Amino acid sequence: MPSLTLLGQAVVSGLLAGGIYGLLALGLSLSWGLLRLVNLAHFALALLGAYLTYQLGTAHQLPPWLAAAVIVPLFFLLGLGLHAVFTYFRVTEFTSLLVTFGLAVILESLIQWFWTADYRRYETPYATASARVGPLFIPVLELLAGLTAALLALATWAWLRFTYVGKALRASAEDPAIAAAFGVNHRGQGFLLSGLSAAYAGIAGAFIALISTLAPTQIWAWVGVVFAVVIIGGLANPVGALLAGLLIGVSESVTMAVVTPAWAPLVAFSVLILILIARPGRV
Amino acid sequence: MTTRRRRFGCRLILTALVLLPFAASAAAAPSGPPVRIGGTLALTGPLAPTALLHKLAGEIYVEELNKANGLLGRPVEWILLDDQSKPDVARSLYEKLVTVDKVDLLMGPYATSGILAAMGVAQRYQKMLPHHTFGMPHLAKYEMHFPTAAFGPEPQRTLPTTVFDALAATSKPPKSVAIVTSKFPSAQHQSSGAKEVAEKRGLKVPLYLEYEFGTRDFGAIAARIKDVNADLLWIGALGLDGNQLLEALKKLDYSPPRHFHLFPAPGPLAVAPDGKLALSSTVFEEHPPFLGNAGAARLVPLFKERAAKANVPYPHVDTQAAGSFAAWQLIEAAVTATKSLDDKVLGAWLRKNRVPTLIGTLRFDGPNNYGDDLFKVKQVQDGKWVVVWPKEFAAPGARLLPP
Repeated sequence: MPSLTLLGQAVVSGLLAGGIYGLLALGLSLSWGLLRLVNLAHFALALLGAYLTYQLGTAHQLPPWLAAAVIVPLFFLLGLGLHAVFTYFRVTEFTSLLVTFGLAVILESLIQWFWTADYRRYETPYATASARVGPLFIPVLELLAGLTAALLALATWAWLRFTYVGKALRASAEDPAIAAAFGVNHRGQGFLLSGLSAAYAGIAGAFIALISTLAPTQIWAWVGVVFAVVIIGGLANPVGALLAGLLIGVSESVTMAVVTPAWAPLVAFSVLILILIARPGRV
Repeated sequence: MTTRRRRFGCRLILTALVLLPFAASAAAAPSGPPVRIGGTLALTGPLAPTALLHKLAGEIYVEELNKANGLLGRPVEWILLDDQSKPDVARSLYEKLVTVDKVDLLMGPYATSGILAAMGVAQRYQKMLPHHTFGMPHLAKYEMHFPTAAFGPEPQRTLPTTVFDALAATSKPPKSVAIVTSKFPSAQHQSSGAKEVAEKRGLKVPLYLEYEFGTRDFGAIAARIKDVNADLLWIGALGLDGNQLLEALKKLDYSPPRHFHLFPAPGPLAVAPDGKLALSSTVFEEHPPFLGNAGAARLVPLFKERAAKANVPYPHVDTQAAGSFAAWQLIEAAVTATKSLDDKVLGAWLRKNRVPTLIGTLRFDGPNNYGDDLFKVKQVQDGKWVVVWPKEFAAPGARLLPP
């Protein structure tokens, strides 16, 4: 029987891992839900952001927050560019899977070409810093990533819920023709949203650089679980994505602590299947 | 004979002596169609960082061969393909090497899964397969495979025994061991053996965990390790898993008293602050008595130079590069002795003869072509790996340091 401390620590670890899942799921959920683009390249962009943070930090001694300040606007522009390509080629929801998969493979190859397949580790003095709460330890960087994910999820939710642009985006996703008849510029807003999603990937990348060991193939490590998070959380639902991330993170972590780590990968998909059985109209 | 004539004679002999090496090297320069040796390595994918060491070792060995007399007086060409760390790709590429490229000889890929895939192809076409990193001897049934990962036929028993013997000889032997292992086949195989060996020796095993190869989040696993607080942590990990696990433990303000790493990326662990006094196993390190092994004096400096140029974080010959050199030494020894490129002739010779290599003398007359277990225990001391057990192989002045 696991001790309460072990269970508590597993829940803390799961919540923090869930924060990263939520952060990664945010951009994907928005582009899938509101633009009808299943953007697999989102994971590659996040890893590219991580490598750029690493590069700026190690080769140019730029602190991570300053690196993020450079990378995030850059990624916003990259998102605009990508959307221009998608629009030009009239990429649909289904074909976006293929196109963005290709993009992800290209980005993986470029990352490998530039940084090689060797593992990269961004060593910082605070990499292993933890705060202690009673018997539990809370890693500072993971906590910061979780808080950032929460902040972004809430801000995005408020933006979609209360602003004209947000309402227009939701209207366009619901019925583009009717929204256009009411003067909604879906094309322009699509660019904005695409830029925003890419910028979120940049933010996730900065945290990934600080928390993880980097390897080009890492792109694919997240795909399954983050997809599950997006679907469980509901498309275009930023708060849902965050909560689903936390749910999956905690479920995986508690499984590792109570049963065995080998079962953890089954958790995300088991939860997904259960939710789809309970609510078949989720996607 | 006059003095002048004698002087002339002496000069003639001296001139001949000076010119002799040039003449010999000119005569020894390989010529004719190349001997083509085909193989794959994980040039990309998760195994790529370690496979890079095998690539460097192979390149150096082929260059050195060609600087000398090649094989049978012919230059050697190494046809190296990228298996992307995937056994299915390795299998297809070995098929291509045999049927399309029609290579003369094969060299094995890196790591157990890839080697097992290549072995199937080699067996189908009756090609000899020397290889350097196979960790599950009981699965290698093909009579013409020749391993230089000198685990012996039962590494799941012999390797943990060596490790526990080393620790038992210290002033504070461990009484409990927590075992955490990747599900990568060889790591899982040897770690499950470690559990059995530990229990037979009366050690408590309060924790035995398996995790998926490629796991990134070690938080919950670290919490379980901390919870049991065993005297020894056995990490059946590949690559950087061990580093990541130690980091996750540090975040919980916990350092295992002792930690053994099965297949670590040697450089990152040696230089990491958490890697201090880490234990692992090896067949070669850059210190006596290993430097007296066949080819060490020539190959070690070359590897160090080449690895430094390739920005390898730990530019030293250890188990990985040494195993690779040894595999090439097998080919050279067999071809030179038999003057043949016929796989069956070479295979028969290797099964009958002992071959001195960089990692020691290898034999292939045991079960599944495995000979002696040559593995020793090494420890990170002052940022470098040194052998600490058995004592006769320990680096000069080194001993297994307590936590």
